[in-house]
Amino acid sequence: MTTVIVIAERDEKGEIVQSTRQAVTAASNLPDAQISVVITGDAPGSATSLPVGRVVTIAPIESTDNGIYDQATADLAALVSADSPDVVMFSKSDFGSVVGARLAFRIGAAFAPDCVEISGDASAAGTIGVTRPVYGGSALAEFEIASSPAIVTLRAGAFEPNTDTGAPVVESFDTDGLERKPVEVSESVAESREGVRLEDADFVVSGGRGLGGPEPFSVLADLAEVLGGAVGASRAACDAGWIDHSHQVGLTGKSVSPDVYIAVGISGASQHMAGCSSSRAIVAINKDGDSNIFKEARFGVVGDWEKVLPSFLATVRELKA
Amino acid sequence: MTVRIVVLAKQVPDPETPPSQFKVDESTNRVIPPSGVPPVVNGFDLNAVEAALKLRDAGTDVEITLLSVGTEFVLDAMKKPQAMGADRLVLVDEPGLDRLDSAGTVTVLAAAIEKDGPFDLILGGRQASDWDQAHVTLGLAEVLRLPLVSLVQKLEISGDLVQLQRVIPDGYQVVTAPIPSVLTISNEIGEPRYPNLRGIMQASRKQPEVFSIADIGLSMDDLAPKIELKRLYVPESNRQVELIEGDDEADAGRRLALRLREEKLI
Repeated sequence: MTTVIVIAERDEKGEIVQSTRQAVTAASNLPDAQISVVITGDAPGSATSLPVGRVVTIAPIESTDNGIYDQATADLAALVSADSPDVVMFSKSDFGSVVGARLAFRIGAAFAPDCVEISGDASAAGTIGVTRPVYGGSALAEFEIASSPAIVTLRAGAFEPNTDTGAPVVESFDTDGLERKPVEVSESVAESREGVRLEDADFVVSGGRGLGGPEPFSVLADLAEVLGGAVGASRAACDAGWIDHSHQVGLTGKSVSPDVYIAVGISGASQHMAGCSSSRAIVAINKDGDSNIFKEARFGVVGDWEKVLPSFLATVRELKA
Repeated sequence: MTVRIVVLAKQVPDPETPPSQFKVDESTNRVIPPSGVPPVVNGFDLNAVEAALKLRDAGTDVEITLLSVGTEFVLDAMKKPQAMGADRLVLVDEPGLDRLDSAGTVTVLAAAIEKDGPFDLILGGRQASDWDQAHVTLGLAEVLRLPLVSLVQKLEISGDLVQLQRVIPDGYQVVTAPIPSVLTISNEIGEPRYPNLRGIMQASRKQPEVFSIADIGLSMDDLAPKIELKRLYVPESNRQVELIEGDDEADAGRRLALRLREEKLI
């Protein structure tokens, strides 16, 4: 038997996010898994129909946390210490990356971030195995974790979301009061965002260094609008100031897994591919036929985007009309 | 009052190494250093150096110490932050320290900071471009029991507080943290400055301060791994791209759209 705690995340409407459903899949793949889903907040909401044994709610973190997860770290450390699971799973989100690491070091557990595979049987073999991309995705590394619990974060899109339903037992876990909060968040500033959220988009149109400047991003935005998608960018384009960093796709930006990822003027460095390689289909437009993006793409045109893109956009418009 | 800042820095293989030259020795699970491409200071750590230098630009009296754990340091590479303007370079150098897991690295960093401190701010880059773990600085804050703010894109010292902007998925938070605190610096802070000739000359005259792990009160037994690397390999890419051609580039664009429709992708 392998006991697993999945730390759930929810969207603004309180619904369980896809990446949490992906974690449930990863947990279910472990032999004889006994899964608990932990909700950081007092209302379990849609978690009560997840196909797991138990749902645990923790006193309302969202209303007491200072926005940088000090309270969540303290509460989860108390829960995990009391529950002694074999594995604790987070999504590789801002929340999961920070809280997972802090939790592991607070309780002296092993931490493996950004995993794309997890296997093993904690009780029989005594070890959990994980695979994670390293060197910006140029290599894969397989690790063995012998100490318990193993705390992991999972890369978005590495597992299919579990859409089954079940009837878990719902429990609540009380923590003893507030964490000391030396850090104060006074304000959250939303940067302007129009249309579909990049992480949720079915179509992403991304531009890179090959675009040569900020202006071409308006053509990409037109294409994204026609497709009902969002605009992404490589780190090079963001660092050059052509488009805001909130559009950045890649290892240090957002992870996206749309149906179609259209990469325009992007060379396809492994650091960029780390953020989009789980797309259903990658389509590349690049004038350098030797660039790495064509090794990752399913469809491609070797050519100058200034000539290829307008006719592509016009044809998509006709097809959509 | 001088604000003492320590910046955590790691020596890594140059991430700009062309993919064709990236090779792994599967018998030792190590990356084979490409010939003629020297290692560099992790680029994200240079963002953290840049953050410290921006405080100096703003008129704060800062002393900037680079701290690195590893072995076989290439000093020409490790001196780049000093050429940019950092004051000191502290190396914990001993065979085997380049193969620690993150828990071991955090133990060494914490001991070195205790020995060389106290520091007012501990800065790290958001992640290292080799193992992409992005959690050593976070773990260090836990072990040192200091407040932590991750992904800082702007910082300013006012009295015994530091005012910060923290990157969140769709904007930023305005955060106030006490001194001392641990911060990870995001690449949004801005491109690291290029060293000027004067900086390079000054750095070349400075010697690093080198500690062994015994100097900081540790032995290898304190650094046993919690997580063990079993296999490191370059995955096979078996994807075959279908290149769309046309009478000219515009025609290829049109055909691409039709092909995607045919596949029911759009």
